[in-house]
Amino acid sequence: MILQAKNLIQWFGTEDNKTYAVRDVSFDVDYGEMLYIIGPSGSGKTTLLSIISGILRPQAGIVISKGQELWKLTDAELTNFRLSTIGFVFQDFHLFPKLTTRENVAIPLILQRREWDECMEKAQKTLEIVELKGKADLPPYKLSIGEQQRVAIARAIIAEPDLLVFDEPTASLDGSTGKKIISFVRENILNDKRAIILVTHDNRIYSSATRILRMEDGKMMGEIDKNSENITDEN
Amino acid sequence: MFSKFELSGLLKIALKLLVNDKGKFYTLIIGIMFAVFLIMQMTSSFAGMMQRTSADIINVGAKIWVMDPSVTSARDNIPLPNYVLDAVKSMNGIKYAVPLYNGSGLVKLRSGKYQAVEVIGLDDTTLFGRPNIVKGNINAIYNNDAFIVIKNADYEKLDYPPIGTTFEINDHRGVIVAIAESPIGGLFGTPTFYTTYTRAIATLPTTRFTISYILANPKNDLEITSIKKQVKNLGYKAVTQQEFIDMNTNYYLFKTGMGTNILIMTLISFIVGLSVAGQTFYTFVLENLDKFGALKAIGAKKSDLIQIILFQSAVVGFLGYGFGVFLSSVMIALAKLRLANYASIVTAGNLSFSFFMVLFIIAFSSYIGIRKVLKIEPFDIFRG
Repeated sequence: MILQAKNLIQWFGTEDNKTYAVRDVSFDVDYGEMLYIIGPSGSGKTTLLSIISGILRPQAGIVISKGQELWKLTDAELTNFRLSTIGFVFQDFHLFPKLTTRENVAIPLILQRREWDECMEKAQKTLEIVELKGKADLPPYKLSIGEQQRVAIARAIIAEPDLLVFDEPTASLDGSTGKKIISFVRENILNDKRAIILVTHDNRIYSSATRILRMEDGKMMGEIDKNSENITDEN
Repeated sequence: MFSKFELSGLLKIALKLLVNDKGKFYTLIIGIMFAVFLIMQMTSSFAGMMQRTSADIINVGAKIWVMDPSVTSARDNIPLPNYVLDAVKSMNGIKYAVPLYNGSGLVKLRSGKYQAVEVIGLDDTTLFGRPNIVKGNINAIYNNDAFIVIKNADYEKLDYPPIGTTFEINDHRGVIVAIAESPIGGLFGTPTFYTTYTRAIATLPTTRFTISYILANPKNDLEITSIKKQVKNLGYKAVTQQEFIDMNTNYYLFKTGMGTNILIMTLISFIVGLSVAGQTFYTFVLENLDKFGALKAIGAKKSDLIQIILFQSAVVGFLGYGFGVFLSSVMIALAKLRLANYASIVTAGNLSFSFFMVLFIIAFSSYIGIRKVLKIEPFDIFRG
C-alpha cells in the first residue's frame, strides 16, 4: 500500500463559523492503482488531494505513506518527502515560460541538487517517454495545450516518484485530447511500482480509472462502479 | 590548478529565468545603471568641487598650516601679526616656518579688459610652496614687478600671456617672468599669479597685518601634536594639510547649500533607482508567483527560493553598477576633454558610496520579492 488516509478532517473559517471541506475521510491507495476522486465543485476533492500530498496540514486525521506518518514530519522533511515521493500535475501546469521544455521537466532533479548535465539528459529521456522528443528546446508557450500537459506529466515523473497526483488534468483540454492523455498515462506512466490519484469531474475519462471514489460536501460517499451507465460527478 | 567555476543547476535556472525575460532584465539593468550614473555624477562633481576648493592647500603643500582660530575655510584670510611667525619659528619641534600671502587683485589687460586674479605671495627667501615652472626660470621671480602665471583652464582669461607680457595689477606694473603649472585648478575660475611675499603686500592693499598663513614643517611628524599644542597656547590654530582640507570640505558641506543640494540630488537618484528596480523586480516575481508556488509544492525549500531571488537581484545589481560606473566615467572623461575646468573626479569614496547604494537597492528588491514568494502557499496553487 502506498497511501493510507484515516479520519481526515479539514475546515476553513473561524471556530464559530466552520466550513468543512473534508469530513472524516478515510481511504487507501495501492501500488498500480489509478484512483479517481470525483465530485462536484466545492466537494473537497482538491483539499483532500492537498492533504494527502503533504501540502495542507489537516485539522485531524493521519496520512501514512511508505510507512511514514506524513503530518508528523517536520516542514523540511515534508518538503524532501514531496520532492522524492510525489509527482504533481497541476490543473494550469505552472510551467516556466522563460525556460525550455527540457529545463522545465528537469526542475525536480535540479531541486534534488543533481548535476546539470545529468538533469538535462534525464529530462530529454523523459520527454521521449511523453513523445515530445523534438520539442525539448522550445519554450512551453510554443506547444499546444495537450503538449504542455505532457510536459507537466514529464516533470512529475522525472524524479521517479511512487505517487502521482493530478488535479483536474483535463480541465484545460478538449474531449479527445483529454481522453488521449489519460489513456497515455494509464498505459505508459502507471506501473506496479507507482500509484496515481486523480481528481476530476470530467466523466469522459472515467473509463481509465482502476477505482473511483466520490466525494460530496467533504464526505467520502464511497466507491462507484466505473462501468455503470450515466455516471456523473453528481451521483 | 584552478577548478572550473560552474553555477549550480538552481542558479542556472535563476539566471535563465531572469535573462530570458529580456524586457524586465534590460529595464532592471538600465534602472540601476542610471541610478548609479546619477549618484556617481553627483558625488563625483561634489568630490571634484571639494578638491578644487582646497586647491591652494594642496598646491602649496605645507605639512602644518598656522592660522587664526576663526578660519573655517581656505578662503578665510584672516591676517596674522608678524610676531606669530617669530613665535612659531622658535617653537620646539619646528624645522622651519615661513609666511604666505593669499589675496586677490584686479588685473587690467592690454585689451583694456579687467580680470580678477588670485595672488599668492611666497616667502622671499625659500619660495616655499612654489609651483612647477614649465617655461622660464624660477629665479626671475626676483626681477622687478615679476609675477609667475599658472597655465590652467583660467589662463585664457588673461588672453594667454607669454613671458614678457606686461599688465597692470591694482595700478602697479606687472610682468610675466615664467609660466608654471599646479596640480589642481581653483574652483572659482580666477587665474592665479605667484610672486614674492614682499611684492605681494607691496602691490595689493592689505590690512595692518599681512601674513595670511604661516607654513611650517616639523622636525619629524611625531612633533606635530606638540606643535599644535604650542600654537594653541599662543592663541592660534595649527592644522595639518589633511585637517585643513577636511575643515574646508566640512565648511562647504555644512555651512553652504552645496552639500545639501548634492545630497538631495543623490537621494533623488537613489530613490529613482530604487523605485525602478524594486517595482520591476516585484512585477517579475509577481508574474512568476504561481510558478514559485508550484516549485514549493514540488519540493523547493525556502532557502532554494531565497537563493534564486537573491542571485537574480545581485546579477542585475552588479551589472547595473558596472555599466553605471563605466557610463559616468566616460561622461566625466569626455566632459574633461571639452571643458578643461570641469570639476568632477571619480574617487574610491564615491565608488564605494554608489556600491553601497546598489547593495541597498538589491537588498530592498530581494526583500519585497522574497516576502511575496515565501507567503505563497502551495495549496493556493492547487486551488487556482
